[in-house]
Formats: sequence, structure tokens, C-alpha cells
Amino acid sequence: MDLTPEEERLLESDNDTVKKCMEILVALGEIYGAERLVEIKSAQISGISYRNIGDAGLEWLENLDAKVAVKSYTNPAGMDVERWEEMGIDCEFYEKQIRILKAIEKLGVEISLTCTPYYLDTPSFGDHLAWAESSAVVYANSVIGARTNRESGISALASAIIGKTPCYGLHIKENRAPEIRVRVGREVNPSIAGYELGKITGSKIPLVDFGRPLSRDELKLFGAALAASGGAGMFHAVNLTPEWGDFEVPDEKIEIDQFQIDPECDPDLIAIGCPHTSAEELEKILALLKRYGRVKREVWVFTSREVMRKNPGIVGEIEKFGVRMFADTCMVVSPATERFECVMVNSGKAFEYLPKLRGVNAVFGDLSECIRRATE
Amino acid sequence: MRIRARTISRGRAEGVAVVSEKPVSFLGDVDPETGDIVDRNSDVFGENISGKIFIFPESRGSTVGTYVLLQMRKKGTAPAGIVMLESEAIVAVGAIISEIPLVDRPEINVLDMVKNGDRVRITAGREGLIEIDR
Repeated sequence: MDLTPEEERLLESDNDTVKKCMEILVALGEIYGAERLVEIKSAQISGISYRNIGDAGLEWLENLDAKVAVKSYTNPAGMDVERWEEMGIDCEFYEKQIRILKAIEKLGVEISLTCTPYYLDTPSFGDHLAWAESSAVVYANSVIGARTNRESGISALASAIIGKTPCYGLHIKENRAPEIRVRVGREVNPSIAGYELGKITGSKIPLVDFGRPLSRDELKLFGAALAASGGAGMFHAVNLTPEWGDFEVPDEKIEIDQFQIDPECDPDLIAIGCPHTSAEELEKILALLKRYGRVKREVWVFTSREVMRKNPGIVGEIEKFGVRMFADTCMVVSPATERFECVMVNSGKAFEYLPKLRGVNAVFGDLSECIRRATE
Repeated sequence: MRIRARTISRGRAEGVAVVSEKPVSFLGDVDPETGDIVDRNSDVFGENISGKIFIFPESRGSTVGTYVLLQMRKKGTAPAGIVMLESEAIVAVGAIISEIPLVDRPEINVLDMVKNGDRVRITAGREGLIEIDR
């Protein structure tokens, strides 16, 4: 990889954190065949739940000594930092999680604790980013037309501190070409379509024809599920995403027309907000609650602290129906979900991960089915 | 014997070789408390890699493997150095943050050259170098 003299100097930096971060970027660039580093507009750092990184990760973070060079955000943590007790989080977890957040904050990272950083600060078409949350990576690449690989927590942090990322993979236009064509039936829920498609196409970039307009929130749910069950870093959607017409149409074609949902269970928790809900989705939830009435089951809705802060009226009204609104975390990353038996979700991503990561059964329904079930 | 290689994680290390012909996952294959290889399917099952030069073709498995190397470094059970035929992000980043020298893409296949118990030196600077005493 070609490094500028300035980049070469960072490899010999007196600051051990800077030196290590540069070493990480150079190693990844070598491994993946990057020719150079490219400047990024922002970074988004995952892997910050104490559950995932443990004491070794915590101590490593606490020993870092540098400041980020670009705007940097964090993925959700293992708990709502204000209402953690209400979630059933114990004191030891709370203390370790807070130490992790303090260590990251010291580096100059914004403790945004959300998988939807694009609601706080939307990147522009063509911006290079180093984001780690897989659903945010897909959204940024596909819906916005920004460019990021699927970073790990540590590689995103290294990029945040250096302000650059190795230029390979989805940073290069020709690598963003679709590899398979997909037609999704008009009646198929986009979230479940993404879940089914990811299982078939793995990490391939699909060109998807939904045959109808989809909202940005629907594209978000589709992409999150696709990235979770498969591993793709982006998709194109005919007439809906900015780069879909820039490439040759692939020959291979598949159809997603119907889906089979495995055995049902009776939900003792209904969880919405994977990825974190937008203000528009909160309005939809409120409208459904007004139609169906007060909930009779445990219902948790997850969003970012920022969206919650900007919409205090809607949040307050939703809570009056017996729903608990949490920020900073979600049903997938928080150990709080583990005490339930069966969790109903409107998210293909949560449907994929809840059994694997939290050891609970999951059942799928669209948003209105979830709210209706909650009131029964 | 001197073999050129590519530097992934910088540093120098010297130790006795443990050579696996099979891909390795640090999550699950290795007990971080002891440094023992605990995967029964491994061709080096029962060997201990603490302070050794661990040589294997490639890695497989979960991204949590990065933190296993860090945990081993903290417990003092980490290998002194790593040689891989082809490295990838999980072990590369793990080695860098745990300060374990790592080189890959040796100019000749070291799996054929090095036997368990050989003494091996790694120099991972601007250029990578593997030296084998036999």
C-alpha cells in the first residue's frame, strides 16, 4: 500500500494509540489489497456492550490515549443508561458498561448509542465513512449512496482516530455492482423479504425490484434483515436507491414471493425498534395504539436518545398506553431480553439474532400486527 | 534458514514452533486461561501455545476471536509470535492490539519447512522475516 510521508510518520508516532491505530489500518489495507488510505467524513463504532468485549476489551479501551480526528458515533450499549434498573440490569453490568462509555467518550467519540446515526447527521452521496453497525452500513451505502465497508468495532475506532480508512471493497465504485437480480412480491413484508433473501444470497449485492414505492423506514428494515441473515454490505432497489441504474443488470434472477414462518409462540414481550425507530415510526406506533388501545402485554420500543429528546410529546403519549420507551440499547444487544420466553418483533434482523444471541424464541409480525397482539 | 514474509503486526519474537496444518479459530479452539489447544479436531490438540511461535495456514470463525487474543495477552498465555500463510482481519487486529508480532505470506510454505519444537525467530518491521534454526 502507498502511504504518504505523513502517514508513514504516524507508524512511528510517539503516541502508542495513534501508532497502533495506523498499524491496524495498514494491516487491513495490505490484507484486502487497498492501494491507499482515503479520508472519511465520520466513523461509527460498534462492539461497546460489556457483554461482547468483557474485561480485556474494557481495559484495552481505558488505556487508549488519543482524540478522534472526525465526527464519531457509537452503536447501542447493553442498557438504557437512565432506566437500566427498570430493564432488569444488575449493578455490576451497569458499572462496567459505564466505564466502557467513559473510556470511549474520553477519545472524543459522541456517545450517541444508536444503530441509526444517519438520523442524527445524514452523510452525503459519495462520502467515505468507516461505520461498523451492519444495518447502518447497508443504509449508508444503499439508501444514501455513501461508501463504507462493514468495519469491526476496532477498525472503525482506528479509522476514527486516524481520520482515514483503507480504500478497498465498497469504497470503489466497480465493487458496488449488483451480482444478482431479485423480484420481491408486492405483498411480502420488506423486513421478512430481507431476512429470506439474505439466507439465499449471502454476501452478494442484490438488485431488488419491489414493484412498488417503499419508505426509507421500509428500506431500513429490509437492509438490516439482509445484512443480518446474509452479510451483504449494500443492495440496490429499482427506482428507489441512487445507484441502481449505474451498472449492468446481472443475469441470475430469483423471486421472493412467499415466506414460511416457523412455529409460533405466545409473546411475553413485544419489542419494536431494530434498527432504532425514526420519528415517523413513533408516530405510526402512536396512531396504532390510538386505534387498538392500552397494551396488555409487555411492550418495549427502542430509539436513540436524540430522537427521544426531539419528540417528547409523542414519546409521552406512547407511554400513556402502557408501552415502555427505552433509548441507548435494543432487544438484540441488551441481556435484559433474556428473561423472556417469546419475543414478537417486526424486524427481520431481530428475528434472526434473538434466538442466537439472547437465547429466546422469536415470532414475526408487521408493526400493526405487533401492536394489535400487544393489546389482546 | 531465512524466509521473507509480509509484516502484519510489528515487533520481534523468538520461541519454539507449534505448527498446525489446519485453520484455527481463537474462539473455541484455544483455552485463553492456559494457552492449551482444546479443539479435539486440531492436529495440535493438547499442545500449549503460550510463549511459542504459533504457525498455521489461516483463521476461521467469530470476530470475538480478536478479544480472545487480548484476553490471552492479559493472562500471559498468548503466543510470542504468529506466522500464517494468509491472515485476515480478526487475527490481524487481535495481534496488533495485543502486541503479538504477526507475519504472513511467507515466500515459501513454512508448514512444510518447520516442525513442532524447531526454534523460530520473527522480525516484523518494514519487511517481515522468519528465521529457523535447524
